[in-house]
Amino acid sequence: MMNNIGLIIGREYLSRVKKKSFIIMTILGPLLFAGFIFIVGWSATKSVDTKVIHVIDESGVFAEVFDDSDEASYVQSGESLADEKKNLTSGDFDGLLYIPEFEIDNPKGVVFYAPNNPSINLVRSLQKQMNTEIEMIKLKRSGLDQSILDGLKSDLDISTISLSDSGDEKESSSFAASAVGYVGGFLIYMFIFIYGAMCMRGVVEEKTSRIIEVVISSVKPFNLMLGKVIGIAGVGLTQFLLWVLLTAGVTAAGGSIMTMTMMQSQQEQAEQMGIPQDETMQEVQSTAFDDVLGALESVDMVMVVIAFLFFFTSGYLFYGALFAAVGSAVDSDADTQQFMFPIIMPLILSIVLLSAVIQDPGGTLAFWLSMIPFTSPVIMMMRVPFGVEVWELALSMGLMVLGFLFTIWIASRIYRVGILMHGSKVNYKTLGKWIMMKN
Amino acid sequence: MDLLRIENVSKAYSDHIALADVSMSVPQGSVFGLLGPNGAGKTTLIRIITKIIDCDSGKVFLGDKEITPELVRRIGYLPEERGLYKKMKVGEQLIYLARLKGMSRAEAVEKIRSWLERLDLMEWHNKTIQDLSKGMAQKVQFIATVVHEPDLIILDEPFSGFDPVNANLIKDEILRLREQGTTVIFSTHRMESVEELCDHIALINKSKKILDGKKIDIKQSHKDGTFIIEHEGDLSGSSQYELLKSEKQETGLSQSFIRNKIDGSPNLLLAELLKEVQIHSFIEKVPSINEIFISKVKGGHDE
Repeated sequence: MMNNIGLIIGREYLSRVKKKSFIIMTILGPLLFAGFIFIVGWSATKSVDTKVIHVIDESGVFAEVFDDSDEASYVQSGESLADEKKNLTSGDFDGLLYIPEFEIDNPKGVVFYAPNNPSINLVRSLQKQMNTEIEMIKLKRSGLDQSILDGLKSDLDISTISLSDSGDEKESSSFAASAVGYVGGFLIYMFIFIYGAMCMRGVVEEKTSRIIEVVISSVKPFNLMLGKVIGIAGVGLTQFLLWVLLTAGVTAAGGSIMTMTMMQSQQEQAEQMGIPQDETMQEVQSTAFDDVLGALESVDMVMVVIAFLFFFTSGYLFYGALFAAVGSAVDSDADTQQFMFPIIMPLILSIVLLSAVIQDPGGTLAFWLSMIPFTSPVIMMMRVPFGVEVWELALSMGLMVLGFLFTIWIASRIYRVGILMHGSKVNYKTLGKWIMMKN
Repeated sequence: MDLLRIENVSKAYSDHIALADVSMSVPQGSVFGLLGPNGAGKTTLIRIITKIIDCDSGKVFLGDKEITPELVRRIGYLPEERGLYKKMKVGEQLIYLARLKGMSRAEAVEKIRSWLERLDLMEWHNKTIQDLSKGMAQKVQFIATVVHEPDLIILDEPFSGFDPVNANLIKDEILRLREQGTTVIFSTHRMESVEELCDHIALINKSKKILDGKKIDIKQSHKDGTFIIEHEGDLSGSSQYELLKSEKQETGLSQSFIRNKIDGSPNLLLAELLKEVQIHSFIEKVPSINEIFISKVKGGHDE
């Protein structure tokens, strides 16, 4: 009989892996993923179009206030407001800041003209620069010395260090931990959803095509269900591993092209400026990579990978069994909705609550959500990169194992009756009856 | 020797009783007709035999051992509701199903090849089921039922969905398998096929077995003394017999159905008839399975 379960796993696995859609998704996935990474990276590195802003300053206070930045460059204009408005509408520049004469105590009448709505960031930055200047003038008027004012300025940067039990100090990066946790949690969520639904459709297909009666005259329903769930888990893991490998390959290839073009442009710049090439190149590479690596090193990646593989698999087994049970209880895909809802609720809830967990990864809410098997795969994945006590992780994993053993048991009770039922309307009461029914 | 023995099997569902204390024996090498109207409990009985469901009480023996999941592998089962994996290729599918029954891959490949050739499906073996016509899919399903050379084949309504040509093909295969010593159970409510193929029958109605035995014995025991005669002249009827119906035929002869009222040899009846009319033919009417079936099932209603 064990041989049988192997056969079933083999069929479930091979019939899916050989499908065109699987191969297409396997190839397309990393391309999409890499494309996504490139778009994010590209938009982050590429500066926004620099806006040219003309300033008409009738007050004369802000002559040297506006510093050119990536976002905007400022031109002090001597022309009249009316002329400049015309120039603006004809598109010579991107914005016009008009500052009338005003009293320092009551600044009013500043207007920013733009052909379309300016970005909030730009307006805020203008306000901030002008406010700071006005404050300075007020401070000066109150008799403070320029040197004291200069002394007031500070540029604070908080660095975070996580202190472990052993007393090791490690520079931590909340951002890296959040990113790793979020990606991990989200992947688990997607995996459970996609492959759980695949499980369900597989059962519905066997039931509606009536092959089920032929098969379970040779195999126990429990073995058939377990074989299907495990076989599909294999499909998911295969797809995931292929994705990781291909994504790494594609990004590495794309990345090297990118750095090459970057280095080339750096080289050209360096040559123009007459700086020896080697140093600049090293500088460019090391700063970029150090930032990323440094951030990732602060997260315990071994722990993350172990936790990911565990919750990836166990979370799927937990939900996959329930999905299979739903498939066995209905006559067609269309009928699955009513039973799907309570199953996907906790899944969606855990994604929704992720943001709350990020706020306080060690808090009470995070703790309990990462203990309950319904939410723990996603939530625990979020917490692990921030560092979790070993006993907490062990407890959560233990509960998870109990959880999926329990759902597989429940599911098999429903499954063995459900797969042979046709045409009868099934509700929660009948499901309960099936669970309690003797063999 | 009996290949399959069912002893006092009962099965109740929450809202009705599916089988009540059913016992029967299926002799080795027979073609056994399991008859009964829809909903009588035939499919439940088959599912109990194939261990798909368990019975509440009673026992099923295959050979001399009580049936186990291992022994079920010696049964080939064709369910009434046919089904195969639609997106799987014919060859792969058959290999998979044969291996689930415990065959080795090499053995399965060889057997399947010869079956596909025999049923003219060889060129389809790399096509998926959804590319096949319904009749072809039925043939594939038949192969799946018999490929592992089971001792017992259970066919639930085997001819539904077959065109006459393919139905005959399958009929011939069933008879061929019987010659090789395979025992066949037919579950059906279509009597023509039973009349033609079965040598034993059991009749189930309303969850109870109401009749079983050799087809010939059952037919003999259900004779009711009706004779069909062709004759010249008119029958007047007498104390000896009852005239059931009489019809003038194109040949000028009359055909009459009469029932013998007195026990005893047909000779007495014939002697009586000879006094009245000129007899051209005299045949005792043996009831068809269909007639027995209908009279039994209707009788069940009256109880």
